[in-house]
Amino acid sequence: MRWFGRSLLAAIPVALGVVVCVFLLLRIVPGDPARMILGEQATTASIDALREQLGLNLPVGQQLLRYLVGVFTRADIGTSLVTDQPVLALIASRVGVTLLLVGLAVVFTVLIAVPLALIAATHKDGPLDHVVRIFPTIGMAMPAFWVGLILILVFGVALRWLPVGGVGTSPADPLRSLILPALTVAIGMSPPLIRSLREQLLEVLDADFVVTLKAARLGSVSILVRHVLRNAAVPAVSLLGVNVAYLLGGTLVIEKVFAINGMGALLFSSISTRDFPVVQGITLVSAMGVVVISLVTDLLVAALDPRIRAA
Amino acid sequence: MSTVSAVAAPRPFVRWLRRALRSPALVAGAFLLAFMVAVSVLAPVVAPYDPETQNLGGGLAAPSASHWFGTDQLGRDILSRVIWAGRTDLRIAVLAAIIPFITGLVVGLVSGYSGGRVDWVIGRVVDTFVAFPFYVLIIAIVFAVGTGENGIFIAYALVGWISSARVIRAKTKALCREGWVGAAYGGGLSHPRVVARHLLPNVLPQAVVLLMTEILLIMVAVVTLGYLGLGVQPPTPDWGTMISDGQLFLATKWWIPSLPGVAVVITGVGLSLLGDGLADVWRLR
Repeated sequence: MRWFGRSLLAAIPVALGVVVCVFLLLRIVPGDPARMILGEQATTASIDALREQLGLNLPVGQQLLRYLVGVFTRADIGTSLVTDQPVLALIASRVGVTLLLVGLAVVFTVLIAVPLALIAATHKDGPLDHVVRIFPTIGMAMPAFWVGLILILVFGVALRWLPVGGVGTSPADPLRSLILPALTVAIGMSPPLIRSLREQLLEVLDADFVVTLKAARLGSVSILVRHVLRNAAVPAVSLLGVNVAYLLGGTLVIEKVFAINGMGALLFSSISTRDFPVVQGITLVSAMGVVVISLVTDLLVAALDPRIRAA
Repeated sequence: MSTVSAVAAPRPFVRWLRRALRSPALVAGAFLLAFMVAVSVLAPVVAPYDPETQNLGGGLAAPSASHWFGTDQLGRDILSRVIWAGRTDLRIAVLAAIIPFITGLVVGLVSGYSGGRVDWVIGRVVDTFVAFPFYVLIIAIVFAVGTGENGIFIAYALVGWISSARVIRAKTKALCREGWVGAAYGGGLSHPRVVARHLLPNVLPQAVVLLMTEILLIMVAVVTLGYLGLGVQPPTPDWGTMISDGQLFLATKWWIPSLPGVAVVITGVGLSLLGDGLADVWRLR
């Protein structure tokens, strides 16, 4: 268990740093944050009231301390200026559909990346390898929201296979309407994964034990599935963990394309109403989510690979 | 191994160029990028119409001989707007990449060379920034400091250096384990001199390859911010706002939101291929 204690210990300064960064977000506002939130026409009285509410009149050190104590002891990440609700409750009411979308996107990413990487690695430097290697190059250059629009155009408008926006109300609908958004996120996610997974697979395919298995005349499919894939699964899981931050950010943008009412929608509506505490809260919660997922990934990788536990 | 010294002397440069011309990725990438940059720079000459002139009677026209990409809802020529948008978006992407490029290089070199406490602190700062979902952080910073071009520059100056600092740090660490770095210091050279004259030239090719990826990422981010209404503000043409405005007509006039995206993809593929090609020619892989 010592390795897990180590990763847990490493996560503490990061979590602390995340909270400080989110606190500083209000400090990088040019001029008076209260005026920025209320707009140019605001009266001095209302600005003073907001400064008081946000605690802006205290010394900066004291403000930071108050924020840190609030976050870590009471999970208090602020109160919405628009609805007066706790930010955490607001996020909790929206996070479900976002998490469902992220989960589905991870499944699609694996379904896209693993077969493509396998094809490329087993046909190294052949025509199939070159075709697969073009995919990440194009994938990285496509803005995710534009991919979403193209998918809507093809599957929603031209073929009429799938719903093009929102989340339906009947029980079977939510999953169906999340297919296109999840596919969009997955297409954006898979390029780096395909690249690194192909490298990993090539390394495993070159390993002594695979050469031995081949010499023992085991069928190539059984070698691939039972031995090579299993050994490449460890780096694949940790790669997914590393990229989860990117995945989460992309998901929020994609919600906008498909009019999904999740955390992304909350972020964008809070931006238009200049609800600063909610924007800060979403930034904080998503980063903390990433810290937790990284920890879980470490745990998972160690469970899959005994060498890491021994180290 | 390094080709940086080759830039000064003409003959090795010619040799380098010959090798570069044999890399299909580099040639294709340079060609695509040169095309997009040339069109952007020459926008006032090559764009058939003014990008902001409206013609309300001739709105939403399909592609034709007089308007190759059709017209938008305000009757503006889409081809001209795609060309002028490239000028805006490429300029912002390149300018926004400069400061993080230098910061990433310096932080990576210092962190990797000095090790110890400095390295630990920089490592934790990097870990913290990496925990933030990229787009959430960029959107939050742009929201705080103000939308538009300046917001993008500030946001990138704050977070854009992270990934290059990580890679340069690892590369510097690896170089420091080779005997010659210790030998250079042991031979009486100062730390700054070892870093600037000996380590820097050796990590520079890697940094330039990374720069191509960074410019690509920033360009996609600028377009994404534009789509979200947080980037380049109208009426200045920008690929992102064009796609967002055209989304309304997706079902009936698909070319309006699609074509600006194609321009983004061509530019991005050019940058990406150029980066891959340079990595091949400099044998970084």
